[in-house]
Amino acid sequence: MISDKTFRIDGKKIPFQDGDTIMDAALRAGEYIPHLCHNPEFKPNGSCRVCVIETNGRHVSACNQPAIENMEVDNSSDAIMNLRRSLLQMLFVEGNHVCPACEKSGACQLQAVAYYTRMLSPHFTHFFPCRDVDATHPEIAIDFNRCILCKLCVRASRDVDKKNVFFISGRGINSRLVINSPSGKLGDSDVAVTDKAVAVCPVGAILPKHKGYEKPIGERMYDNKPISIVGDVAAVFSSKIYSKDVSTK
Amino acid sequence: MSSELETANTPQGLKRTVIEPLTRVEGHGKVTLLQDKNNTVKQARLHIAEFRGFEKFIQGRPYWELPVLVQRLCGICPVSHHLAAAKATDMIVGATELTPTAEKIRRLMHFGQTLQSHALHFFHLCSPDLLFGFDDEVRHRNIVGVIEDYPEIATQGVMLRKYGQEVIRVTAGKRIHGTGAIPGGVNKSLNKKEIDYLKGDIEQILVWAQGAVDLIKRIFFEQYDYHMSFAAIDSNMLSLIRGDGAFDIYHGGLRAKDSKGNTIFDHIDYRLYSDYIKEGVKNWSYMKFPFITSVGADDGWYRVGPLARVNNCDYFTTPLAEKERVEFAVIGDGLPVQSTLAFHWARLIELLHCAESIAELLDDSDISGKDLLIKGELQSSGTGVIEAPRGTLFHQYDINEDGIIEKANLIVSTTNNNQAMNESIRSVANNYLNGNQLTEALLNQVEVAVRAYDPCLSCATHAMGKMPLQINLVNEQDELVDRLEKSATGQISRTR
Repeated sequence: MISDKTFRIDGKKIPFQDGDTIMDAALRAGEYIPHLCHNPEFKPNGSCRVCVIETNGRHVSACNQPAIENMEVDNSSDAIMNLRRSLLQMLFVEGNHVCPACEKSGACQLQAVAYYTRMLSPHFTHFFPCRDVDATHPEIAIDFNRCILCKLCVRASRDVDKKNVFFISGRGINSRLVINSPSGKLGDSDVAVTDKAVAVCPVGAILPKHKGYEKPIGERMYDNKPISIVGDVAAVFSSKIYSKDVSTK
Repeated sequence: MSSELETANTPQGLKRTVIEPLTRVEGHGKVTLLQDKNNTVKQARLHIAEFRGFEKFIQGRPYWELPVLVQRLCGICPVSHHLAAAKATDMIVGATELTPTAEKIRRLMHFGQTLQSHALHFFHLCSPDLLFGFDDEVRHRNIVGVIEDYPEIATQGVMLRKYGQEVIRVTAGKRIHGTGAIPGGVNKSLNKKEIDYLKGDIEQILVWAQGAVDLIKRIFFEQYDYHMSFAAIDSNMLSLIRGDGAFDIYHGGLRAKDSKGNTIFDHIDYRLYSDYIKEGVKNWSYMKFPFITSVGADDGWYRVGPLARVNNCDYFTTPLAEKERVEFAVIGDGLPVQSTLAFHWARLIELLHCAESIAELLDDSDISGKDLLIKGELQSSGTGVIEAPRGTLFHQYDINEDGIIEKANLIVSTTNNNQAMNESIRSVANNYLNGNQLTEALLNQVEVAVRAYDPCLSCATHAMGKMPLQINLVNEQDELVDRLEKSATGQISRTR
């Protein structure tokens, strides 16, 4: 049943239904709120915080904040964009995200959101963590350097594939993605290249092997239009045409 | 053939002159000169002051990243590394030959980059020396001076380079650091719009390319004896060569000739390069010193690049370049041309050949083909060799069963020319600097000699790990107080 309840994002009326988060309603209305760990196919996780918005004087994550009638949401002020940019900069320096040599470049959600928020440099000191590439699986490789701990693979493997291949181990700064297999290697796990967990990775962490740069520059997902228009890498809303392109204003 | 000027017998007390940075070359380097109280040069060395380490840090990466990853060695001719790595990974994915479309797209890309790189070197970096003289006022002896005095020549240089960059962009997706060549082929061919775009300017490019050759010939013959003798050294020459002896910068066998033009080896399968070439190391340089194994470390060093290629080939496949090659060969009088400044002449003959070859390929329907990739059984190693603008470039990789790189060896064009560049600056030191108070104009002659090779110093120092090093601690009286040495095996010892 269509509800007549609304709230406002940057002054624009957004209809919502009971139980909607701000993100749910925004996506349905074609209003882009930058995000990384959110995928409408899965329950909100709220780990990346890139979808931060301001409402009623508070900074909250749009992906897990319920929509409330008549609330006013700031989604695109300089202050909000600065916050998102800082969060992205921390993600970039915490891992090893070398866009110039990454095969996901041009089709990477992290890179696309960074462009959207006009991030021009990492700003913070790089951690340069020492992480491995696990290519023991015949068809899939995982590059831990690029993992942003969004838990989409964890959720997809648990909720869709029913395999529980991926987990987050450790806490805080020591959090890391681990493989549920006797050796801890991908090759010993139950994962298959057709699994949802492989398809949902928004960055270049989980990739099919031997493909590399087969998609030419100019034909990659974000080569010609920004993420606010094109949508997410692996979301069901990826073909959604959003009504607003804030990045070009 | 090595010079006694490599290491002074007693360096203490000698006057040290440093040219740093070397200007109008790619990358960062310096030259050091040691003179005694009579200004006699006792030591002359070319040092490469930067460090790259690619061979080490690509270990642990997937093989399919290689063509894109290793091209970051350089921003001037990254296509060379892109294609050499692509050829090596062709072997790794079991592609014993490419589709006609893939090979021709790669060749087109390579001709484009050689055209732009040669144009950059001649017009932007070297034409100030050649047009104004080596001793012209330093404030005028640069590309801005060329723009002011010879605006037509400067414009042609810019436009030639632009055209080459556009060929790269259309074939690789970007002007610098594209992704066109992938293991087993290419990721795109050209559509009609792209071909028409490139065809639009090719006639003008051919005219300018011929004009560039005419210009260097005029300059060369104006002071023929000087240009023939300046920084001249007798050296072996190494290059790739097509099966029938034709000039080929994309693929072929290895050919080496000695300074008299006698064949040392010919049509060698480049996958066996390590049987024919070894890399020497010296304790004062980050850059290695390759030599032809059968000739030995002392006399086996060689030159690569345009001079070696034009000397080594039997003919060019394109008519204008072949006509120029024949004229060029005359000055050798039956022997390989050894003039270091003849590098410029040879380079511009190659530029003309690239323009002609691009014109031919743009009329070839294969470049619009749809059959782009061939893959077979995964192999554990691959070697790719190509003629980069600056000379023969070797890439070799070993991978494990998961497709992860375990070992890499790169012998970069400029590294091949390391000993030769050192010998050329020693020739200049002997002939022009000895006994003289050093001036900027005299020191520029050293740079002119290095510049002729078009060295890319950022590409050349890629080794890591077991580089022998020596650290000397000298007190204010120039007395050696302490010395630590790291050997080629990595062992560190105190030798005093």
